[in-house]
Amino acid sequence: MLRQIEGSRAVAETVALCRPEVICAYPISPQTHIVEGLGELVKTGALAPCEFVNVESEFAAMSVAIGASAAGARAYTATASQGLLFMVEAVYNASGLGLPIVMTVANRAIGAPINIWNDHTDSMSQRDCGWIQLFAETNQEAADLHVQAFRLAEELSLPVMVCMDGFILTHAFERVDIPDQATVDAFLPPFEPRQVLDPADPVTIGAMVGPEAFMEVRYLAHHRQTEALARIPEIAAEFAAAFGRESGGLVRPYRLDDAETVVIALGSVLGTIKDVVDEMRAEGRRIGALGIGSFRPFPHAAIRAALAGAKRYVVVEKSLAVGGGGVVATDVRMALDGAAIPGITAVAGLGGRAITKASLRRLFEAVIVGTAEPLTFLDLDRGIVERELARMREKRRSGPIAENILRDVGAVAARIV
Amino acid sequence: MSYTPIKFHQTGTHTLGNRLLAPEDRTVQSSLDRANALSCGHRACQGCGEALGARYAVDAAMAAAGRDLVAANATGCLEVFSTPYPETSWQLPWIHSLFGNAAAVATGIAAAMKVKGRSTRVIAQGGDGGTTDIGFGCLSGMFERDDDVLYVCYDNEAYMNTGVQRSSATPPAARTATTVAAGPEPGNRFGQGKDVPRIALAHEIPYVATATVANLRDLEAKVEKAMGFRGARYVHVLVPCPLGWGTPSDQTIRIARLAVETGLFPVFEAEHGEITGTLKIREKRPVEDYLRPQKRFAHLFSPEPATATIARLQAIADRNVARYGLLDPAAEV
Ligand SMILES: Cc1ncc(C[n+]2csc(CCOP(=O)(O)OP(=O)(O)O)c2C)c(N)n1
Ligand code: SF4
Repeated sequence: MLRQIEGSRAVAETVALCRPEVICAYPISPQTHIVEGLGELVKTGALAPCEFVNVESEFAAMSVAIGASAAGARAYTATASQGLLFMVEAVYNASGLGLPIVMTVANRAIGAPINIWNDHTDSMSQRDCGWIQLFAETNQEAADLHVQAFRLAEELSLPVMVCMDGFILTHAFERVDIPDQATVDAFLPPFEPRQVLDPADPVTIGAMVGPEAFMEVRYLAHHRQTEALARIPEIAAEFAAAFGRESGGLVRPYRLDDAETVVIALGSVLGTIKDVVDEMRAEGRRIGALGIGSFRPFPHAAIRAALAGAKRYVVVEKSLAVGGGGVVATDVRMALDGAAIPGITAVAGLGGRAITKASLRRLFEAVIVGTAEPLTFLDLDRGIVERELARMREKRRSGPIAENILRDVGAVAARIV
Repeated sequence: MSYTPIKFHQTGTHTLGNRLLAPEDRTVQSSLDRANALSCGHRACQGCGEALGARYAVDAAMAAAGRDLVAANATGCLEVFSTPYPETSWQLPWIHSLFGNAAAVATGIAAAMKVKGRSTRVIAQGGDGGTTDIGFGCLSGMFERDDDVLYVCYDNEAYMNTGVQRSSATPPAARTATTVAAGPEPGNRFGQGKDVPRIALAHEIPYVATATVANLRDLEAKVEKAMGFRGARYVHVLVPCPLGWGTPSDQTIRIARLAVETGLFPVFEAEHGEITGTLKIREKRPVEDYLRPQKRFAHLFSPEPATATIARLQAIADRNVARYGLLDPAAEV
């Protein structure tokens, strides 16, 4: 049913339609509304049978999900930012044990300095954790991806993260078509675990594995992710047939025919990017966009194919590999290995800084004329940076950078020195 | 489920005495149909108290649960010596996830069983490190929610698996790899560690008990009793470690008994936060009797006896005796 609904609520209601049996989560902005919604649905009996476990930390949340999933229950949790980092040890464990847990990550920056707004640093920090990572562009897609995520996770016995931009999507009220129970039930069969803790047929899960087999285990984890490369588009196609709309998939090409310049991005910023592309197309510029729907597994072949006719590309990404450059750009470069297409990495929107159409347009123009820096920081205030660098040169102990900067821009009481 | 044939290695009056009892009065360990949950062939050191304690506890829990039981294990010796891939010593469904999350994993299993309407029970187990230190948050969370899990801590008073480093259950003055027997205060200079059984009491969970591998009947009875309750239950078992404590492999039981008889390890049980029973000390022994045979306390006796430190340990034992009424026959339960 089409409704005007908050993104978090849409996700909560859609997750409920997937009939999770154990839900456990620890609150953190901007994920809170999702688990509050699910808590209410369980408490009122709208979602039954289901156990909602109020845990004492994210580490416990993922651990409870691990136990529940290993015992054969469909398990779900959600987190963001510091919460995701607090559960990291268990995040790796869930994929190592091949447990098909589904987790929503309401993407948020990681401190210090503490910042609750959106960027992709949190889920990108889990690049190599063995989970599938799907990125939503809209709230409709965020909801739809959860239905596909459970299906994918359980078919492959791998955990899946559904990443949606914190606040920009989670707290936005938009029209979302929430599917009906019968359609979801037809699409998503009950969970049949690959191996389960059952006294009638006892197994040992999580044994100690030495050098004689560990490489093979990791290879097989990689192999399973490559299987997901085939299953993600297939499941997206089945979803489209069952639900009547396109959602998910590995990549989303937008006006790529004859495009000389391709903008690559993940998540909700694609909406703004598409608007700029439309405007520039109206002016006769040959520009298009390529959304990445699956960050892990990374769709190397699909990206190479999509960029076959391109003359240049720019990756707009909301995370920074400090001391390296772009996280996504590194993968894109690897996908294009051997193809002589120059590319620019644009780090944008860190800690929730608005990514405006005007800034994007300036960036794309610079990319086209070849004046963009290979590693561009969109809308970086050079003045602030230079002042702080000068201060650092002058005084060995220049104090906390964030406070210096806030004082420079007049945002903090002057007595902080 | 298939079981390995049971071997009876135990000797001595306690085992033989069992055979003379009516079948219903015999220990689980002496019965032919014990589950043998931790089967032989694992790689624990000879005389490992933890291996013994785990088999006693899990067999008793399996008997109480009609073998409808799942175990969640913390990282530590018990996991490493029992599951070197592709082998496993566990005869029941068993999962190891991490060092610090056995209680939470068990909560998840219990939640899954509940939602699926299954009667399967859950036991979580960990060493003192996994319980009193790194897994403490998850354990307290499990207590506070009163999740239907029996948590068994096998307390060998240090991190044995990583090479005998101090834990918050390491007793004062004991030498470990991180509290060496050097300096003006040799060994562990801290107080008496985190008393997790009493912290469990403070959560007012249905059942809390301490026990040792020296008293099989007591340990089995407590595990059985714990399985009779629903909700969070905690059993803390003292399991001497020949390697870490520096004791001969054949002295494990005797050392555990001395810990009780000196008052250093009080054995009691409690329901809903109230102590309901204590194991009395028949003849109280001085702490030296317990300390002397262990290499981890050797620096207390040579070159000079560390009288002040020994007196401090004696005071701890005496305080336990007073607190739990360990010598008071009138308080016998
Ligand atoms: C997060 C984390 N930190 C450290 C370790 C290393 N580690 C493995 S077992 C162990 C000590 C186990 O001690 P304890 O729980 O007392 O069990 P024991 O081996 O003594 O039976 C440590 C420190 C780990 N596995 N995980
Ligand atoms: S080190 Fe100690 S606890 Fe570990 S197996 Fe050996 S005796 Fe048992």
